[in-house]
Amino acid sequence: MDRLNKAPAESRLDRRQVVATLLRDRADLLVVTGLGAPTYDCAAAGDHPNNFYLWGAMGGAAMLGLGLATAQPGRRVLVITGDGEMLMGLGALATIGARKPANLSIVVLDNERYAETGGQRTHTAHGVDLAAVAAGCGFASATTVRTKAQVETLRDAVHAADCPLFAAVKVDPADLPRVLPPRDGVYLAGRFRQALLGEAF
Amino acid sequence: MIAPHEGSDAPARIDWPAQIHEALRAWEVRQVGYVPDAGHSRLIERCHADPQMVTTVLTTEEEGVALLAGAWLGGQRGVLLMQSSGVGNCINMFSLLKSCRMPLVAIVTMRGEWGEFNPWQIPMGSTTPRSLELAGLATYRVEREELVRETVEVALGCAYDTHCPSAVILSQRMLGRKKWTD
Repeated sequence: MDRLNKAPAESRLDRRQVVATLLRDRADLLVVTGLGAPTYDCAAAGDHPNNFYLWGAMGGAAMLGLGLATAQPGRRVLVITGDGEMLMGLGALATIGARKPANLSIVVLDNERYAETGGQRTHTAHGVDLAAVAAGCGFASATTVRTKAQVETLRDAVHAADCPLFAAVKVDPADLPRVLPPRDGVYLAGRFRQALLGEAF
Repeated sequence: MIAPHEGSDAPARIDWPAQIHEALRAWEVRQVGYVPDAGHSRLIERCHADPQMVTTVLTTEEEGVALLAGAWLGGQRGVLLMQSSGVGNCINMFSLLKSCRMPLVAIVTMRGEWGEFNPWQIPMGSTTPRSLELAGLATYRVEREELVRETVEVALGCAYDTHCPSAVILSQRMLGRKKWTD
C-alpha cells in the first residue's frame, strides 16, 4: 500500500472516471457540486435533476450539503467539490464535524491546483492534508484516495455510510474539456425541488 | 473610565426572544444557523430546546447562507442569527439567494450604533443596513420591543410567501448597551 501511495504523478486518477464511478447506480443519491471543474465532471457523468450545480458561492458547497442532508435525513447526500473550493470554506468541516450528520459525504477532487484561474498551486500542493483536517474535525471516516480500487471502496461507502464521510481524492491536474450543465440558478433549484419534493417553489 | 449603563427609558419588559421563537414555530422554521451573540442568547437557548428545530453553530456567518440554501432545496425553512459584524462575512454567499431566487431570513443584532463602546464595531455596524440592501435583502429595522414579533412575521412572510430574502435588524438601542463593568 505504501508503494501505491507514492505512485508518481503521471499515474494519478482521472477525475472524470472517479466521478463516473462514484455516481454509478446512483439510485436516489442527492448531489451538490462545487463550482468549476467538479461541476463539469458531474455534468460529464450525466445531467440529473438530483444534481445541484454551484456556479459560484465559492466555499459554500459542503455547508449547502449539510443543510440538504439535515432536511432530508432519509436520503444520502454527496458533495463533490475541489480543493480550492474546500479550502475557502474549511470551517465547514468543523461545523459538520460538530453536527455529525449520518447521511452526508464530502468528496474533494484534489488536483492541488486552482485549475479555473490558470493552474496555480493550492495549499494541498504545499502539504496541507485535508483528510487530516476532516479527521481532526470529527469525521469518523476521513481518507485520502489514490487508487482505482480505493475509489470503488469509496463509491460503496458514499452510498452506505452511517457517519459523515470525507475523502480527498488525489486526481490528475490535467485540464479537461468543459462539459457545461445548465447554469441558471432559478432553473436548477426549481428542477431539484420539483424532483425531490414535487414542487418547484 | 466611564461605566456605560443600560438603555434608560425602559418600560415594562417584553420577552421578545420568546416572541421571535413563537413566530419561527408558527412559520414552521426547522433549521436555525447561528454565530452566537449576546443579544441572541435567549433565542438560541429556546431554539436548542425546541425538538422541531435543528440548530447549527457556525464558524462564520456565510456558512449559514449556504446551510439555509441547502435546507431550502431539501424542503425546509430556516433562519440565520448573527451580529451586524457577520453581515460583512456573508456578502458573496448572498449571491446564492439572488442567483437561485432562494428565500432566507436573517435576524441581525446591531453593534456599532447606539451607545457603542468599541470603536472597532463602528465600520461594519454603520454599513450593515446598506450592505444588506445592496445584497438584495429586504430589511426591517426594529427599535421597540413591542414591534419585534410583528416585524419578524413580516420578514418571514416576505421570504417564504414572496421568495424575497429578508433581514430583521434589532437596533442596539432596543437591545441595550453592552455593559463592560460586570
